[in-house]
Amino acid sequence: MYNENIFHYLRTNKLPHIWCPGCAHGIITASILRGIDKLKLDKNKTSVISGIGCSGRTPGYLDMNTLHTTHGRSLTFATGIKFANPKLTVIDVMGDGDALAIGGNHFIHACRRNIDITAIIFNNNIYGMTGGQYSPTTPVNAYASTAPYGNVEPPFDIVKLATGAGATFVARGDAFHVALMDKIIEQAISHKGFSVVEIMATCPTQFGRRNKMKEPYQMLDFVANMAVSIKKWNEISEEEKEGKFPVGVFVDETRSEYCESYEENILKKVQRGEK
Amino acid sequence: MKKSYTHKIFKNLCKSCSLCVHYCPKNVLEIGEDRKVVAKRPEDCIGCHMCELRCPDFAIQVFECQAEEQKAAK
Ligand code: SF4
Ligand code: SF4
Ligand code: SF4
Repeated sequence: MYNENIFHYLRTNKLPHIWCPGCAHGIITASILRGIDKLKLDKNKTSVISGIGCSGRTPGYLDMNTLHTTHGRSLTFATGIKFANPKLTVIDVMGDGDALAIGGNHFIHACRRNIDITAIIFNNNIYGMTGGQYSPTTPVNAYASTAPYGNVEPPFDIVKLATGAGATFVARGDAFHVALMDKIIEQAISHKGFSVVEIMATCPTQFGRRNKMKEPYQMLDFVANMAVSIKKWNEISEEEKEGKFPVGVFVDETRSEYCESYEENILKKVQRGEK
Repeated sequence: MKKSYTHKIFKNLCKSCSLCVHYCPKNVLEIGEDRKVVAKRPEDCIGCHMCELRCPDFAIQVFECQAEEQKAAK
């Protein structure tokens, strides 16, 4: 019943998708499609962009205006698309390495500009497609192909990063708690301005196998256990917060949107011949 | 009256990952001999849709139905 309408938005001839059995990317994709369906978005006026990596394959399965771009640069393409046609709903799906390492600069500046794009980060804590290298969100001590003794780098907190950089909607969910994920993705798409949604995802193949969670349910339990509601987060001790992340909506505010400011402050002045 | 549910399974999409089987609170689902999911005990289904929402492959949908339809589907 929940997924009754999602095939309307899928290129069914491209299915089954390429993702490994039990990979959360498909769970998140279905959530995005339920959000689009619930908001009754016209698929011809919706654009979904991606970069490189397993998350990058998402638009290939969607029957909309889609673009699969280069590693880390998807936000630049998305910005161009939104800027050229502000009437489109623009959704950018990214991976953790894609958004925060290769595309880190594009990410913070898109937050700062507050352009009306929804950035959804499929955070599986690893570079899945390229062979399991550690990423900017790999937990300390987790194993990766490039961290055979365990990772020593502290991970980014995506929510804090996006908030500090100026995004006007910032939320975190996880692929286990689907009702919450559906709610925040829908809210993020409706929000006017730059929305960042981190979804804690899984990679049973590259992360799970190296970290004693090769069964898909073990990985999904792992993200489920990391998620703590904001309310509970504010009540627990620092030790209890270790290895966990609050989930919910952290920022939801209004600030002038980039396309509108540009129209108001530049385009109209040019049209009036003002210098 | 107890509600009845029926399961629409797209076998061509199922990758036998077992997430739906694992998270079903009523043990309704199984991986069949053809390595595809099957609703073995539909009469126990409570319509929570957890299988549908956690399937990464859009391969299972749950619908409310008449008790007779459920029997026919089985
Ligand atoms: S490599 Fe990991 S992230 Fe990529 S499809 Fe497989 S399980 Fe998913
Ligand atoms: S709807 Fe709930 S009870 Fe029914 S098969 Fe799916 S997970 Fe099991
Ligand atoms: S969750 Fe989906 S793909 Fe996995 S076994 Fe169940 S129906 Fe098949």
